[in-house]
Amino acid sequence: MKTALSRHHFWSLTITGTIGFFAFWYLARALHFSPPQFLPMPHEVLFKLIDLMDKPFAGATLPEHMAASLKRFGMGFGLAVLVGVPLGLSMGWFRLLDDVITPVFDGIRFIAPVAWVPFAALWFGTGIGGPTLIIFAGAFPPCLINAYRGARNVEVRFLEAASMLGVGSFKTITEVLFPAAVPSIIAGLRIGAGLGWLSLVGAELIVASSGMGNLIVRAQSALATDTVMVGMIAIGAIGVVIDILIRRLEKLLLRHRNA
Amino acid sequence: MALTQRRNYRRSLVGISTILLLLLFWYLATTLTGWVNPSRFPRPDEVLSAFTFIQTEGYGNGKLHQHVLHSLKLVAMGFAVAVSVGVPLGLLMGYSRRAEALINPAFLLLRPIPPLAWIPLAIVWLGLEDGSKILVIFVAAFVPSVINSYTGVRNIDTPVMEAASMLGIKGWRMVAEVLVPGAMPMIFTGLRLSLQASWTTLVAAELIGALYGLGSILNQAAQDIFPAMILLAMVFVGICGASTTWLLGVLENQAMPWRSERVAT
Repeated sequence: MKTALSRHHFWSLTITGTIGFFAFWYLARALHFSPPQFLPMPHEVLFKLIDLMDKPFAGATLPEHMAASLKRFGMGFGLAVLVGVPLGLSMGWFRLLDDVITPVFDGIRFIAPVAWVPFAALWFGTGIGGPTLIIFAGAFPPCLINAYRGARNVEVRFLEAASMLGVGSFKTITEVLFPAAVPSIIAGLRIGAGLGWLSLVGAELIVASSGMGNLIVRAQSALATDTVMVGMIAIGAIGVVIDILIRRLEKLLLRHRNA
Repeated sequence: MALTQRRNYRRSLVGISTILLLLLFWYLATTLTGWVNPSRFPRPDEVLSAFTFIQTEGYGNGKLHQHVLHSLKLVAMGFAVAVSVGVPLGLLMGYSRRAEALINPAFLLLRPIPPLAWIPLAIVWLGLEDGSKILVIFVAAFVPSVINSYTGVRNIDTPVMEAASMLGIKGWRMVAEVLVPGAMPMIFTGLRLSLQASWTTLVAAELIGALYGLGSILNQAAQDIFPAMILLAMVFVGICGASTTWLLGVLENQAMPWRSERVAT
């Protein structure tokens, strides 16, 4: 392992890398690598982004599509957290629950979340219920697994102290297991939010009539490659923002520690 | 020992009875009592007849094993390309700070975009053929391979790296005798994540448009409102995902015979 680069050296290489990336992009056009319609240039994508802020595409402007997606995401992810975290903690405490749920969970874990799309559409329609189920299918497993692992890794002396003080099951879960499992739960929420957001895009690509996924798939059928790229960038950016918000939440929850 | 054995015995007993109870409940709810409308969730016998139908007559342009093999082939191709590019790139970025500083900007710009969001772009570029599916599987599997190989190299103990450089190990021997063995556990973690991402992406890509594959059965069955076939295709998506993950676990145990903790296979 080489020693760390000097600051100057690091930044010069980073800037070279960034310029190289965009230069490669422009070069692809200059060499007629593909027709311009299929490979818009970075500045064209930027102009399109500004354009879409107030000009509707596929029935809504970019912020409206974002709002539609975020609403679905909030419902599906919220549901996954509200069910997954308490269930995972309880599985870490009640052995019978663990033994009952683990085999069922292992059985359906390998089914890709997007494979639920047909049933989701059949049961809950394509408006908000169907996509919510898909997001739930994506975000639920990490929430559950991490809460469970966090609860299983609680130091035994805490549990012993709690039982010595005569604390009941419910209070043990909420006041001993939950605080101890917070770092693991937050890690699970981050993974779950990523997978949930991914699944949402998948669901919207296939069934929904609004939202970011729908925006890019409609742009694809209209061969509007610049709009596709705007959508991809916006989807990526929202994913990053969600991740940052969850890390903020972690700081908030762990505020009392090391204080 | 006896205690863990008894615990495991109890565990599997409870597990098996849960699954049997669920199957019984499925039968009761759909067939005997009719609480659940068969147009919402299929009856067990419908799933069986869907299975014989797809295997004898064929459904959605082919028989079941043809669809399964087609999906497996696409995942194997996309995964293999992603791993053979991603792992060396991750190793390089982990070893050389210069390479990291140079490559990281492009990687950081592309990384937040979820692989499924690449599907429309892949369709614009390569159409609905196999090529576009291999491209999106590549994108999906590439990122975890790079990140975990990178982390694996960064987590090699400093004394090991110092000893290697003191002994004058360079070039290919450095890669084969220090970097790869040292980063191996993390590389395999990355491969697992890559494999999972590959399946998710393939199913989504096939749902959007394909002639063959498990996703195309799902799509066709959703259009025909054929719940038994939907369930059957979902089960096979799960079986394919689980069995390829199992295969990777076997490979992992083979690749690291020195580890005492084996991956459950």
